[in-house]
Amino acid sequence: MVFSCESLKKKITKELNASHVVSSSRRSESSSLRGFTLLVVAVGLVVRWAVAVGPHSGQGRPPMFGDYEAQRHWQEVTLELPLRQWYANSSRNDLGYWGLDYPPLTAYHSWALGHAARALDPAFVAPHHSRGVEHDLHRLFMRASVLVAELAVYLPPLLLYTRDLKTNPVLAVLYPGLILIDHGHFQYNCISLGLTLAAVVALKRRRLALGSVFFSLAINYKQMSLYHSLPFFCYLLGVCLRQPTWAAALSKLIKIALAVVLTFAFVWAPFLYPSPADVLQVLHRIFPVARGLYEDKVASFWCAISVVVKVQNVLPRTWLTLLCLVTTLGVVLPSNLLLLRQPNNKNLLLSLFISSLGFFLFSYHVHEKSILLPATAAILLLPHHPVSATWFLAVSTYSLLPLMVKDKLVVQWAALLILFVAVAAKMMPPANSAFLRTARKVSLGGSIFLVLAQAVIAPPQRYPDIFPLLNSIFSCAHFLGFLTYAYWVQFRTESKQHAN
Amino acid sequence: MIWFVYGLLSCFKLLLVPAYRSTDFEVHRNWLAVTHSLPLKQWYTDETSPWTLDYPPLFAWFEYLLSQVAAFFDPEMLRVSNLNYASNATVLFQRLSVIITDAFLAYGTKECCSFIRASGVRKSSRWTLTWGSPISVLALLVLGNAGLLMVDHIHFQYNGFLLGILLISIARMLQGKYLSSAAWFSALLNLKHLFLYVAPAYGVYLLRNYCLCDSEEPESRGFWILGGKRLSISRVTKLACIGGLICFASFGPFIFAGQFGQVFSRLFPFKRGLCHSYWAPNFWALYNAADKIAVIVGKRLGFPIVSNSAVMTGGLVQEFEHTVLPSISPKVTFVCSVVTMLPALIKLWLSPANPLHFVRCIVLCAFSSFMFGWHVHEKAVLLMIIPLSLLAVLWRKEARIYLLLSTVGNYSLTPLLFTPLEIPLKGLLVLCHAVYAFVQLHQMFNLQKGSILRLPLLNRFESVYTLGLAPLFLYQHALHGALFGAALPFLPLLLTSTYCALGVTYCWAVFYFHFLFSGNHKRKIH
Repeated sequence: MVFSCESLKKKITKELNASHVVSSSRRSESSSLRGFTLLVVAVGLVVRWAVAVGPHSGQGRPPMFGDYEAQRHWQEVTLELPLRQWYANSSRNDLGYWGLDYPPLTAYHSWALGHAARALDPAFVAPHHSRGVEHDLHRLFMRASVLVAELAVYLPPLLLYTRDLKTNPVLAVLYPGLILIDHGHFQYNCISLGLTLAAVVALKRRRLALGSVFFSLAINYKQMSLYHSLPFFCYLLGVCLRQPTWAAALSKLIKIALAVVLTFAFVWAPFLYPSPADVLQVLHRIFPVARGLYEDKVASFWCAISVVVKVQNVLPRTWLTLLCLVTTLGVVLPSNLLLLRQPNNKNLLLSLFISSLGFFLFSYHVHEKSILLPATAAILLLPHHPVSATWFLAVSTYSLLPLMVKDKLVVQWAALLILFVAVAAKMMPPANSAFLRTARKVSLGGSIFLVLAQAVIAPPQRYPDIFPLLNSIFSCAHFLGFLTYAYWVQFRTESKQHAN
Repeated sequence: MIWFVYGLLSCFKLLLVPAYRSTDFEVHRNWLAVTHSLPLKQWYTDETSPWTLDYPPLFAWFEYLLSQVAAFFDPEMLRVSNLNYASNATVLFQRLSVIITDAFLAYGTKECCSFIRASGVRKSSRWTLTWGSPISVLALLVLGNAGLLMVDHIHFQYNGFLLGILLISIARMLQGKYLSSAAWFSALLNLKHLFLYVAPAYGVYLLRNYCLCDSEEPESRGFWILGGKRLSISRVTKLACIGGLICFASFGPFIFAGQFGQVFSRLFPFKRGLCHSYWAPNFWALYNAADKIAVIVGKRLGFPIVSNSAVMTGGLVQEFEHTVLPSISPKVTFVCSVVTMLPALIKLWLSPANPLHFVRCIVLCAFSSFMFGWHVHEKAVLLMIIPLSLLAVLWRKEARIYLLLSTVGNYSLTPLLFTPLEIPLKGLLVLCHAVYAFVQLHQMFNLQKGSILRLPLLNRFESVYTLGLAPLFLYQHALHGALFGAALPFLPLLLTSTYCALGVTYCWAVFYFHFLFSGNHKRKIH
C-alpha cells in the first residue's frame, strides 16, 4: 500500500477537523449546560419567592401565631438571654410560648439572624414587645433569610449531585413539598436537608470524614435528621469493614469517629463548659417524651389504622413506645444490614429512603413535615428510578394538604403540584406495563377525587375530621406501597448479584 | 405545546394571587360594578368612584360579560358604592379573569408560531427539539414575558388579553388574511384606543398590499394609481364595512343613548402632563433630566435661574414648566411622533408583499409614539417588546435588539411594584426572563460563548450597560436608603428612568437604522 503525500494530508486534515468539531461541540455543550443550570436556578428562585409573597403559618392569628413566630421568637430569645438560659424556663424565657426545642446549631443560626434583624430594625426582636411582629418589612427579612439559606446550603450540593450524574435538575429543584414548607409555611428545613445532601455527595466522592461532618451538622441543626442516621452509620461502618487489612479498617474508623466527635464537641462546647449538666436540659427539650403518638392527622401507619383501632387508647404509653420501637426497627433493619454488607452508593440511597420512610410510618410522635426526609432521599433517587421517585414526591406533597388548608396555602399547593406533575409527565417515558399505567391513573384520579370532594362536600357533623383522615389513609397506603417497592428493588438486585 | 406552556405559566400566575395589587385592581372592580348594576346611559357618566370608565365601549362590554361571571363569586363586588372592596373571592375572581383571558395571548402566539413554522422563513436544525425549537422559544418569550407578568398579574391589568388580540391580528396579516386582520385590529381599537399608535402601519400596509392590486386581478376595477396598480373599490368598501360594523357594534348603543360626546370626552382627556407619574424611559425623560442638570450646573456657575420647586417625578404635579430648556406642548410631541414614524411608513410602502416588514413597522410606530408621545405610560414599552419577540427568533440582529430592549424595558417597569415583599420578586422575574432569553437565543444562533463582561449576542458596550442594571437595582432598593435615608426620595426613580431611557433610545436608533437600510429580504440574513 502506498501512502501518497496527498492522501496523508487529506487524512490528517480530516482527523483534525473532526477533533476540532468534537472539542467545540463539547465546549458548547458544557456552556449550554451551565446556561441551563442557571436558568433552572433562576426559575426555582422565582417560584420560591412567588410562594413567599403568600401567607405563612399562623399569620394574623394571636396569641400563639405559628412557626413563623416561633422562628422569630428564637431570634429574640437567643439575642436577649445568655446562652445557658436559652433552653431553660425562667421569668425571661417562657418555654410555653414557642420555647427553643431544636439542637444548638439552630439556636446559633437564630442568634446570627437575630443580630441581622436588630441591625435592620430593633423592633423586630425587641424583648416581649416584638411578639407577633409580621408587617411587610419583617416578612421581607424573614423570607429572604430562608431564600439565602436555601441558596447557600441546599442548592449547591443538589446541583453538584445532578451534575455528577449528568441529569436534569429541574424536578429536584421544583419539588413542591420543600418549597411549600420552607417558603410558604415557614421553616428552615433546607439547611438540615442540604447538609444531608452534602453528606451524600461527599460520600459518593469517597470523602468519608467530610461526609460524616456534614451529616453530624445536619443532626445538630434538626434532630429529625436522625431518621437518616442508621444508613449513614451502616454505610460508614461497612466501608471500614471492607478494608483489606485490620489496620486500614481501624485507621479509617478512627478518622471517621474523630470527625463525628469533634463536630459534636465543637457544636456543643458552649453548653459543655463549665457545667456539663446543662446539656441534659437541652436534650430534654430536644427529645420530649411526653407527647402524643402523632400530631393532627398525619399519614403515619398508626394514624391510618386509627379508623379500625386506636392503638393509643388500647395500650399504655410504655407499651406503645415499645411497639413503635419494635415495628420501626423491624421495618428498617433488614435494609440497613444489607447496606452494612454491601456499602455501595445505590444501597445507601435506598436505605436512606427506606429508613426515613419507616421511621415516618411507624415511629412515635411523627410530624407531617417529616415526610420531607424520605422525600430528600427520593430526590437523590430521581436519576436512578425517575418514574417511581417522581410519583413518591407527588404523593408526599399531596399528604401535606391538611397543613396547607390550615395555612391557607391551598392555591399555592395545587398550583405547584400541578406544575410538578405536568413537567414530570412531559419528561417521563410512557409506562410500558399496563399495571403501572392503571396504578398511576388510580392514584391520580383518587387524589383529584379526594380534593374535589373536600372542596365541595361539607364533612358530616359526626365526623368533622373525615377528610384529613381520608387523606392520611390515602397517602399512607401509597407510602406502604413505596416502602415495599423500595425493598423489592434493593433485594432484587442483591439476589441478581449473587446469581452472577 | 403552546397550551402546555400556557398551563404551566398559569400555575405560576396562580401563585401571585395574594401578591401586591395596585389601584388598577379597584379600577377594574369599579368598572365591573358600573357595567353590572347601572343602565347603559350611566356607564360613562357615573362618578361614584374617582376611577371612572375611560376605555372604549367594547372594553365596557367585556367588563359587562365578566361581571356576569363575577356574580357567582361574590355579588358584593358588583355594588357601585362598595369602594375598595376586596374580599378573597373578589381577588381570586379578578386574578383568574386575567389568567384565563391570557388564553388570547396564547392563541395569538400559536397563530404566529404556525405561520413561522409553515413559511420556512427560518431554516434550522432545531425544529425537531421540544424546548429548543424556535416556536417553543417564542411561546415562552411571549407568554413568560416578565413585564407582562409584573404588570398584569401583580400590578393588575389586562395587557396580555389586548396584546393577544394584536398578535392574532398580526398573525392573520402574516397569513395574508387581510380582512380578518383588519377586523381583529378594529376590535382591538375598540377595546383600548392606545393602539391607535400602531394604526398607521396597518393603514399603509393594507392600502399597499390589499387595496392596490394588479390590473389582471378580477377585483381590479377602480382608479389607476401607479405603476399599473389600481385602487380596488370593492376591496376598500369591504375594509370600510368591516371596520365600520365593528365600531358600530361597540359604539352604537351609546350613540342611540345620546352618549357619544360623553364617551368621547372620557376617552381623550387633554389635561394630563407631559410625563406619567414617574417618567417612562423615553426621549422626554432624557430631556427632563437634561433640564434638571442644566439647572444645577447653571446655579453652580452663578446664572440667575428661577427654579420652580415642583418635583417632577412625584406624581403630584401633573403639569410643569421646564426651567432652562423650552417647555413642551402636546402639539410638539404629536409632530415629533408623526415625523419619526414617516420614514418607516415610507419604507413599508416601498417594500410590498413583505409581511415581516409590517411587523417591524408596527414595532417602529410603537417606538416613535413611545419615544415622543404625550403622557406616555411606562407600560407602553410592552407594545414594542411583544411584537419584537416574533422577529427575535428569526434574525440574529433583531435577537440582539430584542435582548437589550426586553431586559431594559422589563427593568423599567419594576418601579411599578414598590412594596417590600415584591422587591425580590420583580428582580428575580426580570432576571429569569433575561437568563432564558440570553441562553435560548444564544443557542439558537449557535455562537461562541461570551466572557464575563461580554454577554452573548451583545457587544461589550451593550453588555456592560445591561449588567449595569444590577448595581442600579441594588442602589435603588438598598444603598440609596442607607446613604440618604429619606432625603432625595425621587433620585432612584430619576436614575432608573434616565438610565433606561438611554438604552431604549439606543435600541430605537439601532433598530430604525437596521429597518431602513436592510434589503427586502424574506430569508435569513446575517
